[in-house]
Amino acid sequence: MKSGMRVLAGLMALCAARGVVAQETRLGVASSAPVTSIDPHYHTFTPNDSMAAHIFDRLVGRDAAGKLIPGLALSWKLRDDRTWEFKLRETKFHDGTPFVAEDVAYTLARVPRVKNSPASYGIYTKAVTSTEIVDPHTILLRTDGPYPLLATDLTYIAMLPRHLGADPATEDFNSGKNAIGTGPYRFVSFKPGDRVELERNDTYWGPTPPWKTVVYRMISNEAARTAALLAGDVGLIEFVPPNDLPSLRANKSIRLAEVVSNRSIYLWLDHAHDGPTPHVTGPKGEVLDKNPLKDHRVRLALSLAINRPGIVERVMENAAIPTRQYLRPGSYSYVADLPPHPFQPDRAKALLAEAGFPNGLRVTIHGPNDRYVNDAKIIQAVAQMWQRIGVQTTVEAMPWNTYVARAGKQEFSVFLFGWGVGSGEGLNPLRAQIATWNPARGLGTANRGRYSNPAVDALIDQGMGTMDDAAREKIIQRAMKLAMADVPVIQLHLQKNIWATRANLTYEPRVDEGTLAMGTRPAK
Amino acid sequence: MITWILRRLFQSTFVVLAMTVIVFVGVHVIGNPVDILISPEADQAERARIIANMGLDQPLWKQYAYFLGGALKGDLGRSFVFNEPALKLIAQRMPATLELAVTAVLFSMTFGVPLGLYAGLKPDGFLGRTIMAGSILGFSLPSFWVGLMLIMVFAVELGVLPSTGRGTTETLFGVPWSFLTWDGLRHMFMPALNLSLFNISLVLRLTRAGVRETLPMDFVKFARAKGLSPARVIFVHVLKNIMIPVVTVLGLELGSTIAFAVVTESVFAWPGMGKLIIDSINVLDRPVIVAYLMMIVMLFITINLVVDILYMILDPRVRLGGKS
Repeated sequence: MKSGMRVLAGLMALCAARGVVAQETRLGVASSAPVTSIDPHYHTFTPNDSMAAHIFDRLVGRDAAGKLIPGLALSWKLRDDRTWEFKLRETKFHDGTPFVAEDVAYTLARVPRVKNSPASYGIYTKAVTSTEIVDPHTILLRTDGPYPLLATDLTYIAMLPRHLGADPATEDFNSGKNAIGTGPYRFVSFKPGDRVELERNDTYWGPTPPWKTVVYRMISNEAARTAALLAGDVGLIEFVPPNDLPSLRANKSIRLAEVVSNRSIYLWLDHAHDGPTPHVTGPKGEVLDKNPLKDHRVRLALSLAINRPGIVERVMENAAIPTRQYLRPGSYSYVADLPPHPFQPDRAKALLAEAGFPNGLRVTIHGPNDRYVNDAKIIQAVAQMWQRIGVQTTVEAMPWNTYVARAGKQEFSVFLFGWGVGSGEGLNPLRAQIATWNPARGLGTANRGRYSNPAVDALIDQGMGTMDDAAREKIIQRAMKLAMADVPVIQLHLQKNIWATRANLTYEPRVDEGTLAMGTRPAK
Repeated sequence: MITWILRRLFQSTFVVLAMTVIVFVGVHVIGNPVDILISPEADQAERARIIANMGLDQPLWKQYAYFLGGALKGDLGRSFVFNEPALKLIAQRMPATLELAVTAVLFSMTFGVPLGLYAGLKPDGFLGRTIMAGSILGFSLPSFWVGLMLIMVFAVELGVLPSTGRGTTETLFGVPWSFLTWDGLRHMFMPALNLSLFNISLVLRLTRAGVRETLPMDFVKFARAKGLSPARVIFVHVLKNIMIPVVTVLGLELGSTIAFAVVTESVFAWPGMGKLIIDSINVLDRPVIVAYLMMIVMLFITINLVVDILYMILDPRVRLGGKS
């Protein structure tokens, strides 16, 4: 009887689902942060990149796992260390103009010139020093020196038609006048802070997008976003809050799609101060004459004292995996023999004693409370674990807008940050985070702890000069291993990117955090 | 009276100026919008370039002087985030907030007055007591929680109303409005109700107190003695008298409903000004914060001014008091 009921219920659900899918040519998507502009070169911001992926194409694309795939370029190869040849696809813009090599040159010239951009895409085009059009579907891009990351950088640059003229205005993209790409969807309307409406491009060169119309809504409140999915107002939501995971997993009308991301969460340690560091003192609050965080044993002890599986399970609801490096397993240049630090409180205690702190230390951990998933809870958990090895830890969490400026001024000693490796390879975190802070060369740009290791710097330089992918991978792995053995930062975990759809849909989860209507399909 | 109004306007200008100074200093102390907006992958030179481009490398007094110069010409600056004039952004979002706030105030009248009237007429009845107890909930429940509960009940469980967003709009006088379409009204119902909950309780309690106060008065007794029907006594004589404080309070509440729709707007993803200002504060988008607060300050100043003027006209005692 019971099983009969279940079969009946299943059949009814199936019919209901069929009915919906058959009529459903419209997809509602809810993003977690507002799209700030339709201009694809205005503001480097994940929601903007996701939106641009619908309307525009890049020369080089990325699949869901982050691997480079042909976009508007059918293929690319190196003519020599400084010259890249791109063969272009024959396709048309939404207004019917054919896409040719001049459009590529036009786009690359426009990117750094966008007015009032708060976060320019110029950082991804500046390596290109000159372009040469060979024929309408072949273009050469030259760089100043060897630059192995050019194809990777071009995955951010949306191609525009050159007939938009010199310096097309950002406002004209938001109104739709300039929103002309080659992408799978055409722009219909943009209501800032509310929604973007899109319509299928029936002449798209790639696989036909499954939805005729897409409504891309911006619902930044987590609970409201989940509610919109539960109510069926949207079919797909991104950044499912971990606290909702248990109930959503149990809900038959919801399907989850998750993948380990390239965003790691870690604690920066102050390497900038040789003398006393601002928020670490002796066990009785006495000022120390030397910065204990400069001692490798202290850094290692603090790392070994953390129960990462515990944090992942209790704080993150399993929406993360423990890590000791920036990249997800399986990525290009991931270091296989660099497992997460084990939880060894006794060894940590012994190391502290060996370093001259048998009675522990007094530490304040700083962190944001509105930036990363469960950020404030993570540092609270770490603080409790450090208490166990005799490090009296207090926690100070604050809004991101005050936190980030203070972190950049080296005001903290131990502080939580996250880094998403957009390029999906190891040179990106090595150059930005681990390399010595060097404004003249643009290295160590996000090195807020001011860690410095000349041996690693040398390897990074060597990697940047190596154009052969396999040889470069080995160098990056060596550099990462060397750096991480020194515990420059205390890595905690890699977040999972989690989407939820209605049960009659599937979503192909993306490593790059992109939320795309193209990845959403009716469930079979 | 003209000099009095001019004096008030002059004082108001100082209030607005003081507010802009506070915002400039406040945002400056909190941090730097470039740190929040910039791509984490940008290098130090790029950061310096963007800071210079936004004029944030200048000393604060210079930035402020530059802002004042623009403000005198009616230009309150461009949003760092959207690269659009701050005033245009606010004007774009204003209709959504205005119609939500006005609907909320209408709700507080339509629900608050009848309920308060009933509670005032039958203060010891079961229903009267229940209404009063309910009004305590309306005052004390946090509106984000009530909003989420509304969504869970009406959108998720019952599926009768859309959960969030603004729905279809119709353009009138070049401005898109939700209240002109059925879909828009359906989208507006829950946020407006959520926003009005506090005011419903307020109106309800004012009405009840007014009824209780007015009923024993001589003119009511006289009207009854004259043989007027109970309905006429209540709806004409009593109600007319108690509406004066209710309308006054609601007029003032309209201002705060507009200014503090923030919570409701974010829970219901309602694309109004409140959501804009919260997002702007999070990224320290100073031009938008300044423009929005200037507008809200002027809104309150105007409402207060109008109320004061109306009082002067209505009540000779205020006029005399002003002279002495």
